[in-house]
Amino acid sequence: MAKKTWRVLTAKVGLDGHDRGVKVVSRALRDAGVEVIYAGLRQTPEMVIEAAIQEDVDAIGISLHSGAHMTLIPRVLELLKERQATDIVVFGGGIIPEDDAAELKKMGVAEIFGPGTSLQTIVDFVNRGFKAAA
Amino acid sequence: MALRSKTAREEWATRYRSGKRPPAEVATTLSGVPVEPLYTPDDLAGWDYHEKLGFPGDFPYTRGVYPSMYRGQLWTIRQFAGYGTAEETNKRYQFLLSQGQAGLSVAFDMPTLMGYDSDDPLSRGEVGHCGVAIDSLADMETLFSGIGLDGITTSMTINSPAAILYAMYIAVGEKAGVPLEKLGGTLQNDILKEYIAQKEYIFPPEPSMRLVVDTIVFAARHMPRWNAVSVSGYHIREAGSTAVQELAFTLADGMAYVEASIRAGLDVDEFAPRLSFFFDSHTDFFEEIAKFRAARRLWAHIMRDKYKARDPRSWMLRFHTQTAGVSLTRQQVENNVTRTAYEAMAAVLGGTNSLHTNSMDEVLALPTERAAQIALRTQQVLAHETGVASTIDPLGGSYFVESLTDEMERGAREYFDRIEEQGGVLRCIENGFFQHEIADAAFEFERKLEANERIIVGVNAYTEGDSGTVPTLKIGAATEHGQVARLRAVRERRDNTSVSNRLEELKLRARGPDNLMPTLLECVRAYATEGEIMAALKEVFGVYREPILF
Repeated sequence: MAKKTWRVLTAKVGLDGHDRGVKVVSRALRDAGVEVIYAGLRQTPEMVIEAAIQEDVDAIGISLHSGAHMTLIPRVLELLKERQATDIVVFGGGIIPEDDAAELKKMGVAEIFGPGTSLQTIVDFVNRGFKAAA
Repeated sequence: MALRSKTAREEWATRYRSGKRPPAEVATTLSGVPVEPLYTPDDLAGWDYHEKLGFPGDFPYTRGVYPSMYRGQLWTIRQFAGYGTAEETNKRYQFLLSQGQAGLSVAFDMPTLMGYDSDDPLSRGEVGHCGVAIDSLADMETLFSGIGLDGITTSMTINSPAAILYAMYIAVGEKAGVPLEKLGGTLQNDILKEYIAQKEYIFPPEPSMRLVVDTIVFAARHMPRWNAVSVSGYHIREAGSTAVQELAFTLADGMAYVEASIRAGLDVDEFAPRLSFFFDSHTDFFEEIAKFRAARRLWAHIMRDKYKARDPRSWMLRFHTQTAGVSLTRQQVENNVTRTAYEAMAAVLGGTNSLHTNSMDEVLALPTERAAQIALRTQQVLAHETGVASTIDPLGGSYFVESLTDEMERGAREYFDRIEEQGGVLRCIENGFFQHEIADAAFEFERKLEANERIIVGVNAYTEGDSGTVPTLKIGAATEHGQVARLRAVRERRDNTSVSNRLEELKLRARGPDNLMPTLLECVRAYATEGEIMAALKEVFGVYREPILF
């Protein structure tokens, strides 16, 4: 069986414009053979879900540094439920304190990658089918 | 200046290579500039003291812009702060001032930076999170309540809506009876680096530049103690550029503001003395020192030779420095105190005029009061215990530092040519040149880290597994609810007819060529909110969408 080519939508949600991380991760995933669609800056949860469904992606990678993660990421999960698209995996990264990250994972986020995460860790996560390391 | 004996140097080189431990073949700075194991007078062949350095306070200011530098006055300790509501931030300011800080530096929250009111749907979850929420003059009055604006200087980190917050600050001064000429401070107001790096743009580049020029003209005419623009390399560097790119792109932006202001009818010496700069201080100690020194020398030549400024104050590059946020690591968070201390020392050895030291926990969240205090104390230890303030430009004449300073200058000039060839800064924003250069440098940095070609303690070496968590500052939802309630109260209290008349007037003026500052002042005095003013301007100017690339 041919190896599945994963499709990932990356996006900056919220108002901040810190796009260094999302761009570096997008490039690393692309170089690792993942089909990456970068949606760009200031995407609302609604825009992200719309793009994810249209582009038929396997996962959404959300980056934000503004502190709005506990409002915006749960909203993305909620919209996925509403659109019956919970097969799309959600993962994220940025400036997200550890206890918030733990709470987001409880809500259904597959993984939160904090500052200092190696690119290989994220590539491996995608290649394992979006599963955190055992 | 040259070595008397080549033989001695060659003998050393032989010993260097044949020792028990073979030395690393290649070493580079953090930005990839190759560095030699040893520098001697041979590396400075033909180097002329007067041409390259001169004396502190003299052209080309390589050694510093003031004759007495830190002997006369220490750099300004200016810690960037702001979170939650204006009332909470006001308390933090009062505390910082009582701890010996000499100037304020306002951090605004994302909705304020992006021109949205706190009750806008797009502001949900963002209010007060990464800075203070300011919606109208009422919040600004609270923010500076009890602080004498004639006794301090205030720096405001705001870009797209800078002219509005500037108007609000002036209006607070008016109410307190402080005349325009006594208000001292700095607006960041550097829109070009927003398109290049930080991405907090709203309007397209041309109307944005018009707003910047309006503030420059207003400050030049009315506010002798005000820096209308702080041309910023910090964000360019944090977005992943190299040191040379930071230097080159920042000075190129500075030249673009100079040219736009001259086109608006100002004489270069009317505004150039009030242009200030803002750089990053990263972890590569000597590279940063060289960058700061090269920046002063380059700017002095550019202003004197290219723009024919005659006032020596126009030649001087004065700058603020912030230690590198991107150098902070989540792993072993306490190590960030050490990194920040080295970065701060590089800034001081590079002759910075003011300095912000990051708190160790800013990689996780806004700093706690404890962490912010350690950051402040780091500067005080540096100023009073290490001796770095006693001798001006103590590394001047170092074979290595001078070689590296020359190299920074050469690299920056090469970029100036490439930018010029493409038609200037605005063209290079439109064609994505800056964005590509930065994205490539950022990726290269990560690649080196992944390949262990670059060591970061606690991240890819000397790891300890995940260390324990540190306490972080939390901004609750109550902040947002409270702010929205205050905003609604302002809207009920004010004269709404007067507000809409002024907003109509603003749109009219925005369509014409007049300076918008007087009209903006009228709007904020009537308690028009930031979001309302920005919405009016968006109607006239439109909004910008960037080309997406990675």
